[in-house]
Amino acid sequence: MEKPQVNVTSAASGHGEKEEGAGGAVILFFILGLVGSLLVGWVLFPQLLYSKKRQPVDFNHDKHMELVSDGCESCHFFRPDGTYSGVPQLAQCIQCHEEPNGEDPEEVKFVEEYVKKEREVPWLVYSRQPACVFFSHAAHVKMAKMDCVTCHGPIGESTSLKVYQANRITGYSRDIWGENMLGVKRKSWDRMKMDDCAECHAGAHVNPGSVQTQKDGCFVCHK
Amino acid sequence: MKIDRRCFLSFIVGGAAGTALSPLPWKITDDLSIWSQNWPWTPVPPAGETSFVTSTCTLCPGGCGISVRKVDERAVKVEGLKGHPVNDGGLCILGLAAAQLLYAPTRVRGPLKKVDGAWREISWADAIKEIAAKLADLRAKGQPQSVAWISESDRGTTAELCKRFLTVYGSPNYFRTPSIQDAYETALYLTQGQRAMAGFDVAQADFVLSFSSGLIEGWGSPAYMFRARNAMRQNGGRISQVEPRLSKTAAKADQWVPIKPGTEGALALGLVHVIIAEGLYRKNFIDSRSTGFDALKQIAGASYAPEAVSRLTGIEAKTIVDLAKAFAGAKKPLAVCGRGSGRIPGGLQEVLAVHCLNALTGSINQPGGVIAVPEPEYIDWPEPEMDAVASRGVQQPRLDGAGRDGFPLARYLLNRLPEAQTAGASAPVQALFVSGANPVYSLADTQAVAKAFSKVPLIVSLSSYMDETAAMAHYILPSHAHLERYEDVPAALGFPKPILGLSKPAVKPAFKTKYVGDMVIALAKAMGGPVAEAFGWESYEACLKQTLGNAWDTLVKNGYVVDAKFKPGEFETPSQKFEFNNPALAKLPAYAAQRAPGDEKSFPLTLIPYDTMRLASGPIGSPPFLVKALEETVLQQNTALVDVNPATAKDLGLSEGSAAVLSTPKGSARVKVHLFDGIMPGLVALPRGLGHTAYDKYLAGKGVNTNALISPVEDPGSGFEAGWGIRANLTRA
Repeated sequence: MEKPQVNVTSAASGHGEKEEGAGGAVILFFILGLVGSLLVGWVLFPQLLYSKKRQPVDFNHDKHMELVSDGCESCHFFRPDGTYSGVPQLAQCIQCHEEPNGEDPEEVKFVEEYVKKEREVPWLVYSRQPACVFFSHAAHVKMAKMDCVTCHGPIGESTSLKVYQANRITGYSRDIWGENMLGVKRKSWDRMKMDDCAECHAGAHVNPGSVQTQKDGCFVCHK
Repeated sequence: MKIDRRCFLSFIVGGAAGTALSPLPWKITDDLSIWSQNWPWTPVPPAGETSFVTSTCTLCPGGCGISVRKVDERAVKVEGLKGHPVNDGGLCILGLAAAQLLYAPTRVRGPLKKVDGAWREISWADAIKEIAAKLADLRAKGQPQSVAWISESDRGTTAELCKRFLTVYGSPNYFRTPSIQDAYETALYLTQGQRAMAGFDVAQADFVLSFSSGLIEGWGSPAYMFRARNAMRQNGGRISQVEPRLSKTAAKADQWVPIKPGTEGALALGLVHVIIAEGLYRKNFIDSRSTGFDALKQIAGASYAPEAVSRLTGIEAKTIVDLAKAFAGAKKPLAVCGRGSGRIPGGLQEVLAVHCLNALTGSINQPGGVIAVPEPEYIDWPEPEMDAVASRGVQQPRLDGAGRDGFPLARYLLNRLPEAQTAGASAPVQALFVSGANPVYSLADTQAVAKAFSKVPLIVSLSSYMDETAAMAHYILPSHAHLERYEDVPAALGFPKPILGLSKPAVKPAFKTKYVGDMVIALAKAMGGPVAEAFGWESYEACLKQTLGNAWDTLVKNGYVVDAKFKPGEFETPSQKFEFNNPALAKLPAYAAQRAPGDEKSFPLTLIPYDTMRLASGPIGSPPFLVKALEETVLQQNTALVDVNPATAKDLGLSEGSAAVLSTPKGSARVKVHLFDGIMPGLVALPRGLGHTAYDKYLAGKGVNTNALISPVEDPGSGFEAGWGIRANLTRA
């Protein structure tokens, strides 16, 4: 029965000194935890989250833009029924590239690997959206008269294709969430999430939604 | 410095704070939600280039134009073709769900041969060689007439090729599956002398009197009738539906007149009686364009006065008189018959009585009336050279007695075939081809049909699907599915104008299948001799292209050719008039309401099958989309529900959802009870199109096949199938 009392006494006697030392350690460990997790969250996590892939062929948009007459729509065209062709198929490229036109190694690779073997190029699409998203290029480009740059940025001026960063969890490109890990954007083409669609739709007071109800609704975009 | 528990906790708190201030939790939450949408087992259609193919639906004789949406080489959606004269963008649920049929697990993927009760794969060449050898055998024995062919249609190049094959081979036994077309064609021929199909200008009528016809439940060309009915109602037209059960058509009509089932013909004669007695008929038509009016007066004499008809039909005499006045008083009245979707021809006199109603009001070959649409005449092949065996064979009487002594008016009486096959000591059908039909499921008394078919030594099914008839066959030579082939669609059932459609392949055949037309040509070539000589075409496509001639390009582009300026022809009877009476009509027995077979004591109720748009009851089984769309009051899990009037149910001690046993003289089945005020007391109604034993798990074993419970009833005048129901009993299970 005496023992607890002794303990209490000894603890009381060394109270002040222990408190000081422990307090420093507590703060230190707090800072360690804080800084460590910030580093993990800001530096390590993005490195782990995204894989880096090169495009199968390094395409030069700028060079092609000089040669075509109709801007982006020369290759990324609308079909007669109004549907959008998206990324060009091999059949389109072959019209000019049945044989290499120059000595650019990327062009030679393209002709040797894909044209001659009649294989479609497995382009990695930076703007690929999930299958549950219905997006009509015709509604935006033809009806709302938007330009390509608003969403896709000045990709037409690029001389080479940037590294494709695939999100290892979702499989989609980093360009959907945006380069900034907080999802902050400075330019309209920095992100392609649903909020970014909504921002423009709400802000521009475009007649947004369903033909029947004239209202916005989930089913306008999520068919 | 001592590291203790508090340091550890502090580290955790710091870590938590830092994590919260980093993008990690927010980003990973978002990513995980997207990841969960992309699990490999979540079905996602592959992306690809969208294209559309214009074609014609061949799932029923409705002749609707379709637009097939494709993504790359896959058909993903079928929609009605906008601007098409028949359906103008509309389409029935079966047509819409057709992509499921294309990719269904029940598709037969290549030729099969039954060996010791099990299916074995066989090559096309071997299958055709073996069948040709068996046919050659029968021919050598001098029995070419023992080969029969059952199909849904007898028009168009495919049917003509099959008929041509039988003819040069030496058999008269081609069968078209029964439908209301049989009775209408006969009625038009008897009264108007026209070999024609019946078209109904519902859109331009202003009063439609329907004798149990499901105008919006698959009768005629389903999408056309739906559209025409709406147009007619929007123009202020009225619809009176005479029917024992409040069908969807009745519910959407202006008036529903419940009638004792099977007495529709008596009501028609009752209306004729009132119209004549009150002088409401169109005198100029009767006087100048008809003969035999006095005979009609006599037929619809005192025995069809309103009170007498009231006793027969259960309809009040005043209602009958009012209905007659409303019908005859309308500017463009139209009376139609054929119960439900018109699967059963019904009694010929019944159809004639309804047709006479139209004649009394001059609604024949007039806008808003019954239109005699001439049979298509674009198939003009040279007559085949027949050898002695063939000539002798085709002279033999048909196995069903159609066109002969007993039934001179009928062309096909498939309903009589099962009995003919089992009646004698030796089975008359030695080889049977079945294309576009599923008689083992769709003929009344399926047990008897199966028994008759089991006596056929060689059954060759040309079905694309493993249906009940295919399951009984000895060989299955699967045809292309309907989105995989060329085929002409020679008419649209019930459409008031001649129209020719073209069914085009939307996709390449998915399996080792061969279209019926090509199979017939290949079989004929394998037979050699005069049979082969009658088939000079290289392929079915070549035959079709040559047959359609100048129309081909338009058909490929638009999908159809319609005769927009069509005017119905003149009556072709000897008198050049509409004949209410003539020697052939006089020979017919007097109208008598068909009784439901069975003993009233042991079977106090009456079972009537009904049709619903959400179930395919023809040669095609319902795809999963239809079964899923069925109401809870029609099918619950695997049990079908019967409609019973609450008063009847009370007498039987049954309530909503009660499990019960439905029995008829032909068999019994477990069902559940659905109380329905819209059915007359004493009746039990069961939907057609359920109770499949073949097909896949999405259809087989669900509900009851009405044809397994009812028995065939032969119309004494024509031999047509006239069984509209059967006596039944319902007891608590």
